[in-house]
Amino acid sequence: MGILEVKDVGKRFGGLQALSDVNLSVKENTCHAIIGPNGAGKSTLLNCLIGKLIPDSGSVMFDGQSVLGRAPHEINQMGISRVFQTPEIFGDLSVMENMMIPIFAKRDGNFELNAIGSVFGNKDVVEAAEAMLEEMNMADKRHMHAAAMSRGDKRRLEIGMCLSQQPRLLLLDEPTAGMARADTNNTIDLLREIKEERDITIAIIEHDMHVVFSLADRITVLAQGTPLVEDEPEKIKGNPKVREAYLGESA
Amino acid sequence: MFGLDRKDTRLLILVAILTMAAPFLLNPFPEGSAMAQFNAGYPDLMQRFVIFGIFAIGFNILFGLTGYLSFGHAAFLGVGSYAAIWMMKLLTMNVIPAIFMGVIFGGLFAVIVGYISLRRSGIYFSILTLAFAQMSFALAYSVLTPITGGETGLQPKTNDPRILDGTLADGATPKANIFGLEMSSSFELPLGSWLFTFNTGYYLAAFVMLASFYVAIRIFRSPFGMMLRAVKSNQQRMTYTGLNPRPYTLAAFVISGMYAGLAGGLMVAMDTQVGPERMFWTASGEVVLMTILGGVGTLIGPVLGAGAIKYMENIISKINSDILHTWFAFLPDGLEDLVVTLIYPFIGKGWHLTLGIIFMLVVIFLPGGLVEGGQRIAKLFSRKKADDNTSDVAKAPAE
Amino acid sequence: METFILQTLNGLDKGSAYALIALGLTLIFGTLGVVNFAHGALFMIGAFCAVTLSRILTLSYIVVDESKTDFLGNPLKVDVPYVFDIFGQSTGEAIIDWAVPLAIIFSIPIMIAIGWIMERGLIKHFYKRPHADQILVTFGLAIVLQEIIKYYYGANPIPTPAPEAFSGSFDFGALIGFDANTIIYPYWRIVYFIFAAVIIGAVFAFLQFTTFGMVVRAGMADRETVGMLGINIDRRFTIMFGLAAAVAGLAGVMYTPIVSPNYHMGMDFLVLSFVVVVVGGMGSLPGAVLAGFLLGILESFASMREVLELVPGINQIIIYLVAIVILLTRPRGLMGRKGVMED
Repeated sequence: MGILEVKDVGKRFGGLQALSDVNLSVKENTCHAIIGPNGAGKSTLLNCLIGKLIPDSGSVMFDGQSVLGRAPHEINQMGISRVFQTPEIFGDLSVMENMMIPIFAKRDGNFELNAIGSVFGNKDVVEAAEAMLEEMNMADKRHMHAAAMSRGDKRRLEIGMCLSQQPRLLLLDEPTAGMARADTNNTIDLLREIKEERDITIAIIEHDMHVVFSLADRITVLAQGTPLVEDEPEKIKGNPKVREAYLGESA
Repeated sequence: MFGLDRKDTRLLILVAILTMAAPFLLNPFPEGSAMAQFNAGYPDLMQRFVIFGIFAIGFNILFGLTGYLSFGHAAFLGVGSYAAIWMMKLLTMNVIPAIFMGVIFGGLFAVIVGYISLRRSGIYFSILTLAFAQMSFALAYSVLTPITGGETGLQPKTNDPRILDGTLADGATPKANIFGLEMSSSFELPLGSWLFTFNTGYYLAAFVMLASFYVAIRIFRSPFGMMLRAVKSNQQRMTYTGLNPRPYTLAAFVISGMYAGLAGGLMVAMDTQVGPERMFWTASGEVVLMTILGGVGTLIGPVLGAGAIKYMENIISKINSDILHTWFAFLPDGLEDLVVTLIYPFIGKGWHLTLGIIFMLVVIFLPGGLVEGGQRIAKLFSRKKADDNTSDVAKAPAE
Repeated sequence: METFILQTLNGLDKGSAYALIALGLTLIFGTLGVVNFAHGALFMIGAFCAVTLSRILTLSYIVVDESKTDFLGNPLKVDVPYVFDIFGQSTGEAIIDWAVPLAIIFSIPIMIAIGWIMERGLIKHFYKRPHADQILVTFGLAIVLQEIIKYYYGANPIPTPAPEAFSGSFDFGALIGFDANTIIYPYWRIVYFIFAAVIIGAVFAFLQFTTFGMVVRAGMADRETVGMLGINIDRRFTIMFGLAAAVAGLAGVMYTPIVSPNYHMGMDFLVLSFVVVVVGGMGSLPGAVLAGFLLGILESFASMREVLELVPGINQIIIYLVAIVILLTRPRGLMGRKGVMED
């Protein structure tokens, strides 16, 4: 039984069957990659996991509880954090504030009318945020305006914000899309470090095979809205069906 | 001090000094001098400064922090006023219950309007709040006449029940008071050719404003305030961080509605009458102007903006062409007439034109309002200073 | 049945004005992505174009008519408009009588010029700024424009009558087979409705059948792609702004006989027109027109005595009430497109 169990999920947009009979099981403390050609339904699947879309059929269970019909913030509170394709951070706030918000959310839940005490009076939150900034090598940037940082730093910050909530499952949506090679390698190193040092399950959607094969313990190949194969990376490489799905598209 | 850091404490103390010494500060010109018309230290105007200051501080908690632009905030001010006047009619002419009920009703109405309007964002939110405010205005004007007095509005009458007050003496009119001390009572202090007026109503309103300002600082610096800025910055990230933006925005909306209700209640305490025009959408537009002009999202900005606009409304609008002629009398006749003709459209009844132009200039060139302007000037000076002794001064880390 | 027709007709003229203003607002929003709070001011300026023209036409000098005397026995002084000298008395009188329709021609170049100046001088700097900033700066502009008008024309409404030929009413009921005097309808309102229909038709035809219109429509649907095709969208959008200004202005010109123009009429209509746009669906031209007429007619029905006895005050709030319900149940409005202003 995996920590994330997707059963028979289907989703239709008008005339387009975006997903059909998707079954997926992500085991605890593994890194599971979902790959597939463009339009295979990767993003749709991801959006079904985090409450942005509700599938027409099937079930999505996280740690034995259904996530379907829950609002995105509730799903996050269950222990699923998401990293976006383009870093989503609080651009108008300082780096330190960015880091404190998820920690407040973890501590106080989805709403707390904490309107009188000072932000920095919450010593536990301040310490946790400082520790995480340290871990992300961003302590010197704590006063910076988040929007003023480089793209690589924004990505780091976003990952740090997600980790600061100690999620059980970290979802990554093409975390290296549009990045230069050096930034991509840095991100891979960071993710590998996270994987090794923390009790965390990672599900990653990725185009870049270099990233996928550097990180994944298991890979699911999605094609035309349905899983083609699920296997270990080494076996996926040689699988003729996968080659067909990718090459058949360009042939 | 008061749980604030040094900078905020300084700001609070500065505002406290300014409001408490306002009767002096706003009356710099001796009575009877040519400049006396620029004196703003009379009770009526000073009361308006602080009351609209409260209104704008509250509006800024919503718009400045969350970025939700409400075009219907005058409705809460109006509801607060009606609640306050009914307290004066039914309960007592003591202003405490009136002000208190103003806050409560402003807040309650904001719960209803906010709950519905906040389901949409951006321009849709602005239009929804505008629609609610216009509806309230139309209803207060027509159908709700039994409660609102329709077009004529409401004021305390001698034969109102007022169950807590004793019967009025024959011929006496009901006057707003705080435990017997009348709002309109003043102490006048002549000093040389100056005349300073210390008015009970003003000081009550000023104390309330100081308290509101203090609460606003606390909100700005609190985790709640930070969450509101997070709403403005990136709602998507907020949701996927496990936070529900809706209750945060609703709480901000209700708090700012309560500030508006408080301002409405205070208005009634100062001048015991209410009419529906207080809720018209131009009144909502006015608080937007104040906040933007002063500096949206800053603490002191809305107060400055409210002061600037009310000053213009009361002082510039009083200048007429005769006064202009006396000012420019030193010029040759033809030139004098020309200058007066050129300036005339912008003063007196034309002060709205001046206001509109200033407002546009601020939005275009100075999005941070007067506060940003002040900071830029300060920076200009400090840079000059820094240039004078550049050699060995290490640059402070930019924040 | 008679009342039904009468109320529908009554709603048409107001609905026409809403539709015309909302159409312009939507054109500007759809093409430029700008929320224009000064659009009501354009409507108002249009109305004052009519006032100005009628003042120009009636410019006159004084002639002493020896043959007549006033009540004191002095020779009568008569104002003679200059137009009489140019065109002769009878043609001159006709021209003055037809000042409002003539103002259509007079106002088009003025409105296009104002629109052009507004777009080039101010609005174009706000394309990239947030909608809140656009609202604020155009709100400021609206205040400035209406104060300028107030300065020159005063605060009181200025009656500007329709031509004599249209000043009466006609028995619409008798025309379509009901009893006489059941449906009486002023001529000018019918003129206004037809005028609005023609303008709306012309705008749609322009967008539908000309290359220019095609590019603009494509730009409304997907600005970036069209920009990449190497077509200069901005220039066309400037022209669209001028066109939208002209539409608002014409709506104002022709409205003058129905409501005497005053300096704040623009704001009054703007608030309602925005509600109309939102109900119709931000960015949808047919939605704007449909919602305009719908709300106009609805308002007219709500003003019926029978309805008011049932629900007092409903005529004052019906439009807002409908807007709230629509926004909450159909977030994109009646005919709104996906992805427009859904932040």
